[in-house]
Amino acid sequence: MQLRINGTLHEVDVEDDMPLLWVLRDELGLTGTKFGCGIAQCGACTVHLDGVAVRSCQTWAIDAEGADIRTIEGLGTPDALHAVQAAWLTEQVAQCGYCQSGQIMQAASLLAENPQPSDQEIDDAMSGNLCRCGTYPRIRAAVKRAASLMQEG
Amino acid sequence: MGRLKTIARRTFLIGSAAVAGGVAFGVYTVRKPHENPLTAAAGEAVLTPYVKITADGITLITPRADSGQGVYHVQAALIAEELDVDLDQIKADPGPPSPAYWNTALAAEAAEFLVPAAGMMQDMAEGAVTSVMKVMGLQITGGSTSVPDQFEKLRLAGASARETIKAVVAEREGVAVSDLNTASGNVILPDGQKIPYISLAADLAGAEIVQDVALRDPSQWRYIGKPMQRIDMLAKSTGTQDYGIDASVEGMVHATVLMNPAQGGGMSGYDASEALAMRGVKAVVPISGGLGIVADNTWRAFRAAQAITVTWEDPSFPLEQADHWAALEAAFTPEAQDSQKRNDGDVDTALSDGEVLTAEYRAPYLAHAPLEPINAIVRVDDDRAEVWTGTQIPRFIQANVSRITGIPAEYVTVHVLMMGGSFGHRLEDEVVKQATEIAMQMKGTPVKLTLSREEDMIHDFPRQIAMARMRGKVANGQVEALDLGFAMPSVMASQLSRQNQSAPGPDSQIVAGAWDQPFAIPDQRVTGYRAQQLAPISSWRSVGASSNGFFYNAALDELIEAAGADPLDERLRLCSDPLARQALEAVAEMSGWAGVGGFANGSKTGRGVALTKSFGVHCAQVIEVTDTDAGLRIDNVWVAAEVGRVVDPVNFENLVQGGAIYALGHAMNSEITYAGGVAEQSNFDLNPGMRLHQCPNIIVRGLENGDRVLGIGEPPVPPAAPALAGAIWAVTGKRLREMPFSRSVGFV
Repeated sequence: MQLRINGTLHEVDVEDDMPLLWVLRDELGLTGTKFGCGIAQCGACTVHLDGVAVRSCQTWAIDAEGADIRTIEGLGTPDALHAVQAAWLTEQVAQCGYCQSGQIMQAASLLAENPQPSDQEIDDAMSGNLCRCGTYPRIRAAVKRAASLMQEG
Repeated sequence: MGRLKTIARRTFLIGSAAVAGGVAFGVYTVRKPHENPLTAAAGEAVLTPYVKITADGITLITPRADSGQGVYHVQAALIAEELDVDLDQIKADPGPPSPAYWNTALAAEAAEFLVPAAGMMQDMAEGAVTSVMKVMGLQITGGSTSVPDQFEKLRLAGASARETIKAVVAEREGVAVSDLNTASGNVILPDGQKIPYISLAADLAGAEIVQDVALRDPSQWRYIGKPMQRIDMLAKSTGTQDYGIDASVEGMVHATVLMNPAQGGGMSGYDASEALAMRGVKAVVPISGGLGIVADNTWRAFRAAQAITVTWEDPSFPLEQADHWAALEAAFTPEAQDSQKRNDGDVDTALSDGEVLTAEYRAPYLAHAPLEPINAIVRVDDDRAEVWTGTQIPRFIQANVSRITGIPAEYVTVHVLMMGGSFGHRLEDEVVKQATEIAMQMKGTPVKLTLSREEDMIHDFPRQIAMARMRGKVANGQVEALDLGFAMPSVMASQLSRQNQSAPGPDSQIVAGAWDQPFAIPDQRVTGYRAQQLAPISSWRSVGASSNGFFYNAALDELIEAAGADPLDERLRLCSDPLARQALEAVAEMSGWAGVGGFANGSKTGRGVALTKSFGVHCAQVIEVTDTDAGLRIDNVWVAAEVGRVVDPVNFENLVQGGAIYALGHAMNSEITYAGGVAEQSNFDLNPGMRLHQCPNIIVRGLENGDRVLGIGEPPVPPAAPALAGAIWAVTGKRLREMPFSRSVGFV
């Protein structure tokens, strides 16, 4: 099947029900998307399908065919940061950092849909993303900072 | 103590080692102690490089493993402070610059890094660290020792390198060393001309190392104590940080394991025929206690594992949770007494008459559950082996792979990779042993072993299960007597058994965070009881203090309530250490403490307070909880921690907040229980921890009144649960004596 990932079309030979997560990681070497739980409980594997955050561990490859798939690698790069990544850097959110790809993709999806979320809306949107190190205070601050950055353009 | 004295007497000599195309600085010579069974008996001198300069760049060797606590960054900053390089000019490398350079002697030397510094030795002498930890401490990242151990060593290495560079330039340019300055990786000549360090790599190789260096006065520090940009933050904000699970080696296959779900039990038979017919599956091989499943994709290996039927044998520990508790209840006997490290006044007489309060407390098994599932890559060839993994114990891994394969340790190379969290989980190396057993059955092929979350969580050697019993007495509005007994299996004995080590003597983790608390209750006794070994257990962030900090403070709170006193005022009155007093006063001031509030005072909002001294750090917390229609909500946490010196305030705040969140999440809703010998919680749906919507505001203050520089990874954990329990009592009137608290109350 063909998958469009970060603007590039990839031909992959996988089972229809292989989770998109493992197509990305093991078939295509896009390891920025993380495996945490495999049952959509942690959010580490969050990617965008047509701009909306989904858990790639619960998304069959076949269901992603035809969609515009975006991973953390396609959101921004160290040289050209997305506003959410810039905010994450400024707020120094990460500890181990393992959950942060998913957190950032979730936040980017939230802000694309709701550019000025309230505290409650941030809590609601981000609570599916687990951080075992406990960087939640910084995640909240970074989402707000990203909203400001995007507002400023 | 013999070993410690040996270390203390050692001369600290600086030398250099030539490396390919440059120089490595910061080498010190030590005499290897013969009594240490874990140290290679090789030559008397070993080398430790901290600073490598080549024409390509400057690399700072940061041998303490990073599990998210930012220790690569902190180690680099300590070297950079004296070396005069900018943090964006350097690379931090935890491991071998090249295989030839990093040999067994160097691995042994890496162990020397981990010998705690003078202050920690004092703790050891006091018995706060068990004899076992002294052995373990030689080769691990743990016990919040990285900063205490390296605060001086790494700055000395940086200073020595800087002065050597200046001496080389002075001779070459014919100027006095005193006329040279250094900044941002350059030597600056009197005329202002800049000579980059990296341009000097060839000149520096073989240079005589300047050993007589003085450390800069703190007033001159550019990095230490100031907010810094952590060196791994850009990679971790862009998905470009590689963790162990992201590592890739040419020609590797993907594997997983199917282990006896009853930890440590055997396997009497299996049928893998269906799995072997599945797409991409290459092999199913027996290993100790289970099976390795090898495929061309991790998910295919996971799926194949689910298609295998196995006949498992029972584990060696009790099958049902109730029997684990019964074993602890049975341990409060003179025969099972492990230690009695505190016995002030005359507790027996004090409690022989009048009203004696009693209570019993429990803390469950807990999974570490870092978000990156456990993984390792191992390749075994005929005469050498290579390991890539995120670990806190590279030396044990080297020894274990050598033992399993029969390949001499010096031909076992361990690459230490970034860890996606640990909390103590990566002080174990079962995954490497498993990957090695699989790799031995397919020599020459690198085997990347990744555990599913379920395999990881049910085999996560959990935190100790623990109980405490309190008897106490109050008089005239004051706490007068406290008799506390703690019963649990020995974490150290369990953990070391997996390294073929024994744990002689008492395990002071059984009473850690309790026996040495800074409260001068006139009659006070702390007794440790060693329960039989039950499910295998391991060090969980703050180890013994993680349960005992709750027990001690919760017991104290009950007595204070009986005395009719305020929990913060009475702690201050009892306080016997000025550093602890300052921590309590700090949280009182930060929180505007004015009593516990709560329903007795007509409010739905209430507060609790706790202080635990652990790993030398006095950490005080005040927690505020509101009773809402949706359940209890933790609103605010105020934390003050005495660490002597805050190296990086940003990282410090992040770690303290994270420590409180880790502790509160587990206190709220997490436990591991056993049924049929199998852990009943296998993923985050059943073992959730704290989520973002439950996270309180957390205000942090680092105190620098003490003269010892201390680590902060673990100390925020122990006082969080009891401060929460105190606040819950204030708003509900319920005394919670068992974690998780979700057994008794509901949270938002």
